[in-house]
Amino acid sequence: MRNSKVVSLEEAIRQSGLKDGQTISFHHHFRGGDKVVNMVVDKLAQMGFKDLKLAASSLSDVHKPLIEHIKNGVITGISTSGLRGELADAISHGLLSEPVVFRSHGGRGSAIAKGELKIDVAFLGASSADELGNATGYGEKSICGSLGYALPDARYASHVVVLTDNLVEYPNMPQSISAADVESVVVVDSVGDSSKISSGAIRDSKNPRDILLAKQAAKVIINSGYFKDGFSIQTGTGGASLAAVKYIREEMIARGIKASFALGGITAHMVKLHEEGLIGKLIDVQSFDKVAAESIHNDPLHQEVSAVEYASGQHLGSATHALDIVILSALEVDTQFNVNVLVGSDGIIRGAIGGHQDTAADSALSIIVCPLLRGRIPCVVPKVTTLITPGKSVDVVVTEYGIAVNPGRPEIAQRLQEAGLKVVDINELAAKAASIIGTPDPLPFGDKVVGIVMNRDGSVLDKIYNIK
Amino acid sequence: MKEAIAGTLESGDIMITIGPGKGLEIALQSSVEAQFGRQIKAVITETLEGLGIKDAHVDAIDKGALDCTIRARVTAAAVRATGKDVWKD
Repeated sequence: MRNSKVVSLEEAIRQSGLKDGQTISFHHHFRGGDKVVNMVVDKLAQMGFKDLKLAASSLSDVHKPLIEHIKNGVITGISTSGLRGELADAISHGLLSEPVVFRSHGGRGSAIAKGELKIDVAFLGASSADELGNATGYGEKSICGSLGYALPDARYASHVVVLTDNLVEYPNMPQSISAADVESVVVVDSVGDSSKISSGAIRDSKNPRDILLAKQAAKVIINSGYFKDGFSIQTGTGGASLAAVKYIREEMIARGIKASFALGGITAHMVKLHEEGLIGKLIDVQSFDKVAAESIHNDPLHQEVSAVEYASGQHLGSATHALDIVILSALEVDTQFNVNVLVGSDGIIRGAIGGHQDTAADSALSIIVCPLLRGRIPCVVPKVTTLITPGKSVDVVVTEYGIAVNPGRPEIAQRLQEAGLKVVDINELAAKAASIIGTPDPLPFGDKVVGIVMNRDGSVLDKIYNIK
Repeated sequence: MKEAIAGTLESGDIMITIGPGKGLEIALQSSVEAQFGRQIKAVITETLEGLGIKDAHVDAIDKGALDCTIRARVTAAAVRATGKDVWKD
C-alpha cells in the first residue's frame, strides 16, 4: 500500500536514528515466551551499538542472553519492574556497573508520561499489525491480549517500531497501538510463544495450605465491610489468590452480591465470573492466560487499559483509585507491615514489583496472603530484606497462624474479630516464625548498589546491594 | 560403620549420608546456607553426639528442612550406618 511503513529490523533501527547511550524500551506481555527483547538486542549488538539503556516493563528467565550483551558493553543500564532467573542472579552478584532501577507498573507509566523515563526508541511486539502500524495483541500466530504496558511507550517514545508475526490488511481495527504513534513496522517469524504467557493451564491449587490461606482471605474480604453490591476487586495469580476467588464467588451467589469491576492482570477465573454476570466489567492491563486474551478481543465489557490509566499515582483518574479490594502476595512482610516482593531471603533478586505498590496504596482494603514459612525461609520477619511496599498502605496480613491487621485500621480488626476470625498481633507471627526456624544469620551483602527501588511517586524507597 | 542414607531432595527435607570418618566432618550444601548453615551444622553435630557418634563423615544436602526434620534424618541415617537401633535399644 502507499506509505507502507514495513521495513527490515535493521532498516527500522537505522531510520530511528538510535545512537550509543540512548534508551530503548520493550513490553513483557509475552512473559516467559517473549522473543522480541533478545531478537532486537542481538541485532543492535551485531550493528555495533554500545552503551544502550534498556527500559523494559519487566524481564524474566527468557532474557538470560542479555548477560552476554552486558558483558560486551551493548547494554549498560536497565530499568524494569522485575528480574528473574540467571540474569537476576548475575545482576545480584554485581554484573552491571549501574544499578538497575525498579519501578512499579504504575510508577513506570507515570515516569514515562512525566518524561522522567525518556524513551528514544520503543520496540513493541504485537500479535497483529497493518502496514501503517495499527497493532493489537490478537493475531493468527500469537495472542497476548492486552498491550497495556506497551501503551505509554507507544505514546511517549520519540520513535516507535512495531514488530509483528501477523501482518494484516489495513485497517487493523480495533487497534491497541495507533498507527499515529508508529514510525516503522517490522515483520518477523515470531514475536512470542503465547503458550508461555501463563505457566501452564491455571488450575485450582490442591495444596492444603494454599486452600486454608484462600479460605481465610475470603473470610477477611466477606467480613471486611467492603463486600457490598458494586464492590471492585483485583487479585494476583498465586494459588491462594485464585482459590480465594472461588470462595468469594460462592458467597456472592449466596448473598446476591455483584462486583462492578475486576482490575489488573486478568485470568480465566475472572473471565468466568464476568461471564456468569457476577462481575460487570473487566479492566485489563495484562492478560494472564489465553482465555483472558480471547475474552478481551471478543467481549466489549472486557477493556484494555494502559499502565498509566491502570495504576499511575499521579493521575487521579487511574483505575486503582476506584479499587476497593486487592489480594496480594509477598516474599516477606515485616512487623511494620512493610512488604518485599522483589529480593529473595538469600539476597538474590527473584521477583517483580508489578502493581503491588500501586494497588496497595490506592485500594480501600489491601490484603497480603502468605504462609508463615516457606521451608525454612520465614515470610513474617522483623525487617524486610528490601522495602517494596510501605507498611502504611498494607491493611491485613493473612497467614495460616492468624490474621494481623495494621494498627492504623482498628475498624477492620474489630469487624474481623466480631466475625470470629483469629486476629493476632503481627509481632506474635514474627515470634512464632523465629521459634520454629531460629534466628537467621545476616546475609553476606557487599557494598556495591545493584538495584534502586523507586516508589511510585518517583522517590527512592530502598537500595539493593550485591550479594557475595 | 558402613555408609547409609536417610532423607530426600524434596523441598523442606534434608538428605543425610553418613559414612566412616575421623572426628565429625560435615559437608553441607544448603539452599539456605548463608542464613542457616551454622545452625544446620550445629543440629547435625548435637544429634550425632547425642547418639554417641564421635567419628563420621556426613554429607548433607539441605532443601530448607526444619530442625526437627534434620534431627530425624540424621538419627535414621546413623541407625542405618551403625546398625544400632536407638529406638529399640
